[in-house]
Amino acid sequence: MNSFPIIRVVSKLLIPYILLFAFYVQFHGDFGPGGGFQAGVILASALILYGLVFGLPAAQAVAPSWLIEKLIAVGVLIYAGTGVATMILGSNFLDYDALEHHFLTDVPWGSETLHLLPSGQHLGIFLVEVGVGITVTSVMLMIFYCFAGRSPSSE
Amino acid sequence: MIYIDIIILTLLAVTAVTVARIRDLWAAVMFTGIYSFIGASWMLLLDAPDVAFTEAAVGAGISTVLMLGTLALTHKSEKPSTSVPVVPFLVVLGTGAALIYGTLDMPHFGDPEAPVHQHPNPSFVERSQPDMHGLPNVVTAVLASYRGYDTLGETAVIFTAGIGVLIILRRDKNVTSKESSNDEVVT
Repeated sequence: MNSFPIIRVVSKLLIPYILLFAFYVQFHGDFGPGGGFQAGVILASALILYGLVFGLPAAQAVAPSWLIEKLIAVGVLIYAGTGVATMILGSNFLDYDALEHHFLTDVPWGSETLHLLPSGQHLGIFLVEVGVGITVTSVMLMIFYCFAGRSPSSE
Repeated sequence: MIYIDIIILTLLAVTAVTVARIRDLWAAVMFTGIYSFIGASWMLLLDAPDVAFTEAAVGAGISTVLMLGTLALTHKSEKPSTSVPVVPFLVVLGTGAALIYGTLDMPHFGDPEAPVHQHPNPSFVERSQPDMHGLPNVVTAVLASYRGYDTLGETAVIFTAGIGVLIILRRDKNVTSKESSNDEVVT
């Protein structure tokens, strides 16, 4: 589809905003609608659009297969690792109250106190959603690579 | 507002029937994408933007692309059916009627007396504010914290599905070069 100038220009314009929206949904998911799964599929659809328009090799230059393969497992490990971390800290599996800390939490800033780092439940939810996002993005992308990389002659 | 509901549900039904009846597979794939977009709008009307995101990205975007990729490996039109499918039609009709009969007992949409609004008391909406230290999104709090173990399971399901697709579909360069003669005979 690289020979259609309108498609090429429009997707070049759109892809940065799709990526930005994916990160917004990922990191603002605790406050607005969204979360790891939604952000993952939006991020993957941006990369798939890039692959559709500019070809599979271009997409694989951005997100190489070997990396995506490993990220599938990394996401699950981040999620389960958060649970193991809470167990090491002496709480139940995935009980984020164990992640409560006082590092950079009550920084005086003018008349109010700022929380520079998310604490406790918030930090746990953040880590878990990052794990979900990484796994969903890489699984969707990997499935696309598998389908797009096949040719009818190989059947 | 009720007019938008009626229009969207009518469009959903029309698109579904069109997908089932059309013989041109390329057009059918496009209609499934349209169906997903209308479904996403419907989810938005039901105040479920999370589900609408997912429906738009997965249903209309990724799965349409995957089906087009599959279509490139097969033919562009469906084989004409030789017989009138009476038995499947009756099965579908019976299942549909049973499902509609099942919804008759369900509480109305947004009914404050529905069991789901009565059972956990105080509800997650009230409890999550002190529990989560003021995290405003109750849906995220339930999914990632109260039901964190379930979501870990779901992530593991996605992981397993991805690994399964990899094992079935990926053609590893090392393996094919080693067993290239063998591979050609098999495929």
